[in-house]
Amino acid sequence: MSAEVAYKKVFERPESLKDVPTHYCPGCGHSIAHRLVAEALDDMGLREKTIGVPPVGCAVLAYNYFNFDMVEAPHGRALAVATGIKRVHPDKFVLTYQGDGDLAAIGTAETIHAGNRGERISCIFINNAIYGMTGGQMAPTTLLDQNATTAPGGRDQRLHGNPIDITRMLAVSDGVVFAERCSLVSIKDIRKAKKAIKKAFQTQLDDLGFSIVELLSPCPTNWKMSPKAAWAWVKDQMTNTYPLGVIKDTTGYEDKK
Amino acid sequence: MPIEKMLMNGSHVVGEAAVRAGCRYYFGYPITPQNELPEYLSARMLDVGGTFIQGESEVASINMVLGAAVAGGRAMTSSSSPGISLKQEGISYMAGMEVPAVIINMMRGGPGLGNIAPSAADYFQATRGGGHGDYRTPVLAPAGSQELAELTFLAFDLADKYRNPVMLLGDGLMGQVMEPVVFPDFIDLDDLPKKDWILDGCEGREPRALFSMLLGQKGELYYHNLHLHEKYDRITAEEIRWDAETPDDAEMIVVAYGTASRIAESAIEELKAEGFSIGLFRPITLWPFPKPPLRDLAKRVPKVAVFELSMGQMVEDVMLTVGERAEIFFHGLPGGIIPTPAEVAEFLRSALKGDGKVGRRIEV
Repeated sequence: MSAEVAYKKVFERPESLKDVPTHYCPGCGHSIAHRLVAEALDDMGLREKTIGVPPVGCAVLAYNYFNFDMVEAPHGRALAVATGIKRVHPDKFVLTYQGDGDLAAIGTAETIHAGNRGERISCIFINNAIYGMTGGQMAPTTLLDQNATTAPGGRDQRLHGNPIDITRMLAVSDGVVFAERCSLVSIKDIRKAKKAIKKAFQTQLDDLGFSIVELLSPCPTNWKMSPKAAWAWVKDQMTNTYPLGVIKDTTGYEDKK
Repeated sequence: MPIEKMLMNGSHVVGEAAVRAGCRYYFGYPITPQNELPEYLSARMLDVGGTFIQGESEVASINMVLGAAVAGGRAMTSSSSPGISLKQEGISYMAGMEVPAVIINMMRGGPGLGNIAPSAADYFQATRGGGHGDYRTPVLAPAGSQELAELTFLAFDLADKYRNPVMLLGDGLMGQVMEPVVFPDFIDLDDLPKKDWILDGCEGREPRALFSMLLGQKGELYYHNLHLHEKYDRITAEEIRWDAETPDDAEMIVVAYGTASRIAESAIEELKAEGFSIGLFRPITLWPFPKPPLRDLAKRVPKVAVFELSMGQMVEDVMLTVGERAEIFFHGLPGGIIPTPAEVAEFLRSALKGDGKVGRRIEV
């Protein structure tokens, strides 16, 4: 009984995250991103109102980890599925959690048009510049010179095209009210990412429009690096092609302060 | 209450029937010859507080249907042949996840972009699942405006009853023709059975997940497919529908569905005037195909004449049903060509004589 007095719980698993081990590789950014989403939903009291749509890709099994309603979407179609859900339940909270292949290759049309319609949906976009689940093929976001199993010798601009900055493309549309790019490779960055996620969620609650948070995320397994080297690579290489920061913000939130 | 008979374009009939059947969520992409349907619903959904979205593609539209359906709404999309091909991904996922939805296909000539003339060349695609995987969707084949209305209602009821996508298979002619129609009354959405599987936030209950991927090592996908096929067996046992007018002394029955059956009706009238006794068997569910009643007819009628607006697709189901119980003849036209009743009458005369001048005898 005295333990109750002696110990105070200062850290615990968010309610929005189930108490189960994940299948993610050591050093993968998904576990951190999952936790940030879960913490944000808990902080904002949204768990029981939330319907989530995971991608096809490494996070396809996210419904095993998140502790709220979820539905699988075909590859790339998360934002179309989310659109249907949100139109039936405008009072509920709808989010998608998508990888770069899902969101920026096969689902480009769904992404751009959901954003352009200003769907009241919050999109968490995990950019790790590689196809993870299928084993390291070139992603639309793969950097120039970065190795991939389908870009032997590195991505060549002439042969394979350029890394796509879809968050910046989205920001062009008036339907998109908030777009920020963060990374998951330092405590400071992680804290910043959580703040961005909460802000993106708030835009939906305030009925402002579409919001997206892009998270630069390490994939040690398919980059063939140690977790430590992968974190450094995000910081030293990825952020050159994908600079961190707010890309668009028409929420007016800052002005209110 | 006065009966309200209305003269309406077939596409508008489907739209109005859908709204009356409780559909409040429509997602579609324009394609001829069914544009009057989304146009109608774009306005009608405003009247009833529903949602109309012109999606960026057929692929997006069918996935919006998936989303609206898992959220609990009665949802629908419509298209014509090339667009239906694009929707197959979503239909397969919905079949796997057991999500109800209604898909309208106003068929046009194919393959490829084909043409915009009425056709019935998508029978195989519609009745054999259409997308990847081992699944089926009930397929309803109306033969005119009144049935467009009634079968649209039925499509939503079957979809909900079996948690399965249902296809209404019309054609470009049916979508354009104006015929009188008496609509069923509006249903009250509150009267529909509650869906205890939908996603609407987990307040007061455990979270739910809907998915079609079953990677487990204990045969999860195997058992899921067995479960699906147990359902398909139930649908086959309980939901076949057909229309048959067969005189007791019939020398031959004609098997035709949709627009082809309307032309066949006129051709049969011609032959009746000449003293022949001919019946018409019209499948209304193409899947499940109405095998038992057709098999019974084939036991007593010596000849079966199949007429289709394709080069022979439904005829394979007729062969599987009739076998060698009766002689089977086939006549079909591809590419959106609609024959006159006189041409079909020539086929029927030829089949009666067995001279092979129009159409051909089918070896089972």
